[in-house]
Amino acid sequence: MSSGDYIRIEHITKRFGSFHAVDDAHFSIKPGEFFSLLGPSGCGKTTLLRMIAGFEFPTEGEIYIDNQPVTGVPANKRPTNMVFQSYAIFPHLDVYDNVAYGLRKLRLPKAELDRRVKEALGMIRMDGFERRRADQMSGGQRQRVALARALVNRPKVLLLDEPLGALDKKLREQMQFELRMLQQQVGITFIFVTHDQEEALSLSDRIAVMQKGKVLQIASPRELYESPNCREVADFIGTMNFMPGIVKAIEPTVAVVEVEGLGLINSPLPADYSFATAGAEVLIGARPEKLDVVRGAPHPGEKGVKGTIGACAYLGDRNHYQVTIEGRAAPLQVATEQGDRSTLASFSPGEHVTVSWGDNSMVLLPKT
Amino acid sequence: MSAAKPLKKVGEKSWGITLFAFLYLAFLYAPMLVLPIFSFADQKVIDFPIKGFTTQWYEQMFAKEEMHKALWNSIQVGVIASVTATLFGLLAAKAITRYAIPGKGFVMGLISLPLFIPEILLGLSLLIILNVVSIPLSLLTIAAGHVLLCTPFAMAVLVARLDGFDKSLEEASLDLGETGWMTFWRVTFPLIMPAVVSSLLLTFIVSFDEFLLAFFLQGTEQTLPLYIWSGLRFPSNFPPTLALGSIILVVSIVLVVLAEWLRQAGSGGGKVNVGV
Amino acid sequence: MRLAADRAGQTKAAKQPSWGAAFTRSEALRGWTLLSPTTILMVVGLAAPLGIMLLYSFWKQEGLNLNTDLTIANYAEVSTKYYPVLLRSLWIAAAAAFLTVLLGYPVAYYVAFHAKNSKFIWLILLTIPFWTSYLLRVFALRVIMPDELRATPGAVVIALTHAWAAFAILPIYVSLEKIDRTLLEAAADLGDGAMRRFWRITFPLSLPGVISAMTLIFVPTIGDYVTPSLIGGGKPSTFMIANIIQGQIKSNDWPLAATTAIVSMIMVAFAVYFFVAALRAAARSLK
Repeated sequence: MSSGDYIRIEHITKRFGSFHAVDDAHFSIKPGEFFSLLGPSGCGKTTLLRMIAGFEFPTEGEIYIDNQPVTGVPANKRPTNMVFQSYAIFPHLDVYDNVAYGLRKLRLPKAELDRRVKEALGMIRMDGFERRRADQMSGGQRQRVALARALVNRPKVLLLDEPLGALDKKLREQMQFELRMLQQQVGITFIFVTHDQEEALSLSDRIAVMQKGKVLQIASPRELYESPNCREVADFIGTMNFMPGIVKAIEPTVAVVEVEGLGLINSPLPADYSFATAGAEVLIGARPEKLDVVRGAPHPGEKGVKGTIGACAYLGDRNHYQVTIEGRAAPLQVATEQGDRSTLASFSPGEHVTVSWGDNSMVLLPKT
Repeated sequence: MSAAKPLKKVGEKSWGITLFAFLYLAFLYAPMLVLPIFSFADQKVIDFPIKGFTTQWYEQMFAKEEMHKALWNSIQVGVIASVTATLFGLLAAKAITRYAIPGKGFVMGLISLPLFIPEILLGLSLLIILNVVSIPLSLLTIAAGHVLLCTPFAMAVLVARLDGFDKSLEEASLDLGETGWMTFWRVTFPLIMPAVVSSLLLTFIVSFDEFLLAFFLQGTEQTLPLYIWSGLRFPSNFPPTLALGSIILVVSIVLVVLAEWLRQAGSGGGKVNVGV
Repeated sequence: MRLAADRAGQTKAAKQPSWGAAFTRSEALRGWTLLSPTTILMVVGLAAPLGIMLLYSFWKQEGLNLNTDLTIANYAEVSTKYYPVLLRSLWIAAAAAFLTVLLGYPVAYYVAFHAKNSKFIWLILLTIPFWTSYLLRVFALRVIMPDELRATPGAVVIALTHAWAAFAILPIYVSLEKIDRTLLEAAADLGDGAMRRFWRITFPLSLPGVISAMTLIFVPTIGDYVTPSLIGGGKPSTFMIANIIQGQIKSNDWPLAATTAIVSMIMVAFAVYFFVAALRAAARSLK
């Protein structure tokens, strides 16, 4: 970890009896980063967030914010502020008093307090809402008030616990966009917890994918999508065909893997390919949109294999096909673009086709 | 279950059961109405027909110095008991609803025990231990007994309120920099205030009306129920006692309705909260 | 409570584990601290006195002296001499509990199934008597009770039934309210008429509430002092356990009083156990 790391999570473990809610999380977050914790329910992402906030304390490990150790420090003394999943707007106070809540102890002169509250309300575009109460606002409005209430205190880190989960799809997408803009405008580190991989991919600078308490991979959205380091990550983000295989040879840039029904596959080597020795069992992953279905021969420069179209699904802008391959038990999922009106791009069930792919369509993963 | 009871009809023909329910309600409240009715009757014998209207019994009752003393004693005991019980109940309720504690169920059962054991058991055992520790009986010992009796009520009312209370409100306050103590005053307390007042009222009523523990743990001073009891020994003294009883009943009912209204209002209304 | 934890955690943000950090790290520990005052109150107020009372039951009062040699003489005396009273108290309380529940069940049923908009009012009306003075309610009953009826065990049962009437309704109501109405629709769909629906579905499902109500009334009633005193008017045939204990305290024989109390509690525990078991067995036969 370098000195440019703003938040350091050092070997954090949280145990409840023999159950590991968080298992040896060890990573750092850069200043000004939009960092997401992504994973299914129960993976430990919220527990980890709450340990950063100070509502839970780790069983082992240390947490540093801006080089200050905060591990034993209670929540009210940490330079963090949180947007809660339920928003937690104080029902007995109006919007103004909610937003001003954390500023009261600073004993600012009224004019200054006023200015800061109004500035915060302006940031979330809720000027004029000062006297409203919680039950007079919609979910989206309460969510923004929660944001303003947190940001007005100028924390070093803003923590967000699935803040958009309760909003409907359109509103959620709009809020995602606003959140990103807000983060860039304010410039502080955001740590965002979500189970929605699309949300994480579209918002984050980097994502930590978690499952069962463990941090599986931390990378940029693109890297996570293109180069997942294990089956769990690959499966959680997007869809993927998983094909067991045996390593035949390791060459400078590719691994040669024999896969049932497809023959020899050249798969680019990931950064850490220590699991791939000659003779080892591995998994080859291929995202459906990186495969193609053609009539006749595969595309120039690509490999191919014959198969029959099984089920088809028309999705407007795309087609999904299940292609049964000779010699393979499991069919391959292939997704093709609809293309412009002039190309005939769709196939029908029972048609004999060829599945075509290039080396870069494949990902080498350890066998689980 | 006796199948010979003809009124247990089920289903469409609901008039039978409706009638029964209303009759039952009347049966429940009728004896209590007796008190006010005969407290204004100009006669010493409690029997119909009523011979005339008078307020003399009320005047007699109000004039008695002993009654004033007993009333004041009951108020003191009631206030001490209700405040103390509500405080203990609040601490327990907060602990139970906010923290995952091993053995929680057992402790809750222990705290609720006074509701389920016969009062005589409680009274006798307290009497014995006070004697063993050589503490003389007095209004304070009565109040102490009442605290034991009232705390489960307070805890039940407050647990019901705190349970429906968004936990993240307190966390948000901490997150925004407040200490635990100030969080309680700025966020928790304002929101549970109706339940706290409700608890104070209900425990006060319980203590104010309580007879058996007071009977066992009394010293030289009487509470109001003890005063009434001594009046019941002499049928000739009934009418003023009826007057006193009527007033107490009315006050209790008013306080209970107020307490229940506060409880429903505080928890956001809507569903009917039957939990005592 | 939390204040101390705050300060403790603040000064110990270093890497070494310390008591303060351990305290703030353990949720269970903080919770217990908050729970401790009330728990201690109950232990001191309940457990300790009950324990001492148990001890007293093994001591003997001889004149003005308390003989602290352990003995079971009291138990022998209570079991023989007071046997009739104990038994009488049991059946009076059982009768009262039974009657109260019998009469209260239809009312609970009405409120649960038939009172659409007035449920809230009904519940308040039924709860109010619970909070008014027990003494006054029994007194009112005594006033209207004709002289001939008074001073019999039967009168005590009637009075108890009235006094505890409201208590039976709430638990039964709660369990009736919880019943999924679609179960009854399914039963109708499968051919059951109203009566059959009640006995096969509604009643068995409401049984926990019935048991709860009966126990709720039976246990405190056994130890009731006010009703047998006021209604019974001092006639020994109406005496219940509490009257006996009161007499024993008056004659300063506390060990004997303690023993009577404990013996009666043991009897109650057995009675409740067997009763609940019997009711459960009966319910199981209601296919």
